[in-house]
Amino acid sequence: MELQTLTYLFVGISFALYIGIAIWSRARSTNDFYIAGKGVSPIANGMATAADWMSAASFISMAGLIAFLGKDGSVYLMGWTGGYVLLALLLAPYLRKFGQYTVPDFIGTRYYSKAARLVAIICLIFISFTYVAGQMRGVGIVFSRFLEVDINTGVIIGMLIVFFYAVLGGMKGITYTQVAQYCVLIFAYLVPAIFISLLITNNPIPQLGFGDKIAGSSVYLLDKLDQLSLELGFNAYTENTKSNIDVFFITAALMFGTAGLPHVIVRFFTVPKVSDARKSAGYALVFIALLYTTAPAVAAFAKINFIDSVQKVEYQSAPNWFKNWESIGLIAWKDKNDDGIINYSSGNALEGVKPIYTDQLGKHGQRVVKNEPNQSNKNEVYIDNDIMVLANPEIAQLPNWVIALVAAGALAAALSTAAGLLLVISASISHDLMKKMLMPKITEKQELIFARCAAAVAIFIAGLFGIYPPGFVAQVVAFAFGLAASTIFPALFLGIFYKRLNKEGAIAGMITGLLTTSSYIIYFKFLNPSFNNSEFWIFGISPEGIGFLGMIMNFIVALIVSNFYSRPPSEIYQMIDEIRKP
Amino acid sequence: MKSSYWKSNLIIVTSLLFVWFIVSYGFGIIWSDELDNLKIGGFKLGFWFSQQGSIYFFVLIIFTYVYLLNKLDKKYFNSSEKSEIKEKD
Repeated sequence: MELQTLTYLFVGISFALYIGIAIWSRARSTNDFYIAGKGVSPIANGMATAADWMSAASFISMAGLIAFLGKDGSVYLMGWTGGYVLLALLLAPYLRKFGQYTVPDFIGTRYYSKAARLVAIICLIFISFTYVAGQMRGVGIVFSRFLEVDINTGVIIGMLIVFFYAVLGGMKGITYTQVAQYCVLIFAYLVPAIFISLLITNNPIPQLGFGDKIAGSSVYLLDKLDQLSLELGFNAYTENTKSNIDVFFITAALMFGTAGLPHVIVRFFTVPKVSDARKSAGYALVFIALLYTTAPAVAAFAKINFIDSVQKVEYQSAPNWFKNWESIGLIAWKDKNDDGIINYSSGNALEGVKPIYTDQLGKHGQRVVKNEPNQSNKNEVYIDNDIMVLANPEIAQLPNWVIALVAAGALAAALSTAAGLLLVISASISHDLMKKMLMPKITEKQELIFARCAAAVAIFIAGLFGIYPPGFVAQVVAFAFGLAASTIFPALFLGIFYKRLNKEGAIAGMITGLLTTSSYIIYFKFLNPSFNNSEFWIFGISPEGIGFLGMIMNFIVALIVSNFYSRPPSEIYQMIDEIRKP
Repeated sequence: MKSSYWKSNLIIVTSLLFVWFIVSYGFGIIWSDELDNLKIGGFKLGFWFSQQGSIYFFVLIIFTYVYLLNKLDKKYFNSSEKSEIKEKD
């Protein structure tokens, strides 16, 4: 069958499945809407958490990023999985025992303060919107490449689907759709990985294959990759280029940030028992690890495949996928030495990095870009990291149904994360802002209406982000994790493990974390990007890793300020004793 | 509140976090370059820990925690169902 038809078929079936589940599991009460009536089994919740967590970035971009970064890319692998250990051991069981609906709920109650709740709401909304913007871009890319519809139409279709099951089903609908989405996305990720592993190393398990010998030779894949990388002027694939301290801080900021992300935390409010919350975090990590241990293998395979199929190849006989992705705008070729042959090596091919295409075609049929060539190196290829996963099946010449499957998987990853985030946003508005702060007298029914309206508005805004993507999406991801690590995580952790912390300490701590992290990131990412290198960084910490320093500052300030004010009231002591019991 | 329950819990959590730190920050970052001198199959050991091994250990750590805490719950609260029944009211 044609690729186009197959893709419509796969995407269509998966969408029909999600809608069917939404109708079957629609929410009838606020309890259903916010936390799925606390009736989700730990395994189902683990899958839902995994789908919620693994976004378009994990599915589409991560392997490409690792392929590009080599060992430096490990920060994402460790950072985005190690946070689950913190979540399971330090937060999830206690927050489940607390038994309310949202993260600001806990912070507001534990620190007996509306101001604390408000700070938490602000951080939460900021973090979640940052994240949603990236998901919608992912939906747009997939639609435009695989279904050949306009990006905007793609985003609108995605919005309608999410609208349907998030507004109707609330947490309950989202949970069960996420279970289905997990199955789709993991299958779509593993199938091509296994195929490619077999193709390159004869080993069906990608996790082992990438440490294996290249099929039909006695050279290890990673050694070959190191050697090729060095030949093309890159660093050896298996060696770090970043300083240890920077790698340390980035990993830590991502780990503590993960543990402080509201849309992940609330998932653990949905299981029946405290012991289920612990178990569920374990299952979640198993399901996540399945993709996260495959990703570095995919990265290595993709890099070697990519070099093999384009390096020193004449443009006119370049493989089809190269031209397909060029027409989408994720690949560009500037023939610097005018020999008609593609030369891929280290360095940016173009001045200004991103290609600006014109309508003309060059003499070999390539899309002409306005950018001046960057003459400091011989690299002629601009390649967006995102295509490594999406183009991988084409590069490895896998059958069409595998390519169609990857499209459905990428959509599942983007939609499941978007839905989880939108729910957190709507709950924090209807529950925390309306019910708990502005209009405490509304009935449950009215609150449910507010929740649905808030979800609808949030989807609309997220859609706008997808249609008019803000140029700063990549920069603000550091922001989301940094803020979660430096504001929400310490407030939750100290709230459970340090009874003496009063509202003054907690608020001062959160504000310190918020200010240090955001001023550092804004300074280096927006005000003075030219200073953004290790010479100017404090202790050599990049903006991506600053959230960890912000977290340490938060701890110090919170503990000092807390000592100057009176102890929390005795009800708070009782409440903490209560949540510490299983 | 049974304070010895909480103390045992803290000991378990601290020791597991110690392992968590060693396998990721230790083997994956701080001593990664030294470990790279050892090879298993095609993997340099430090590289393996930073892209594979640490993640397997994370999973193990959580399930060890689940096992130990379930045992602890049983010891102090007989059946963990009790607090649940109370909560459902």
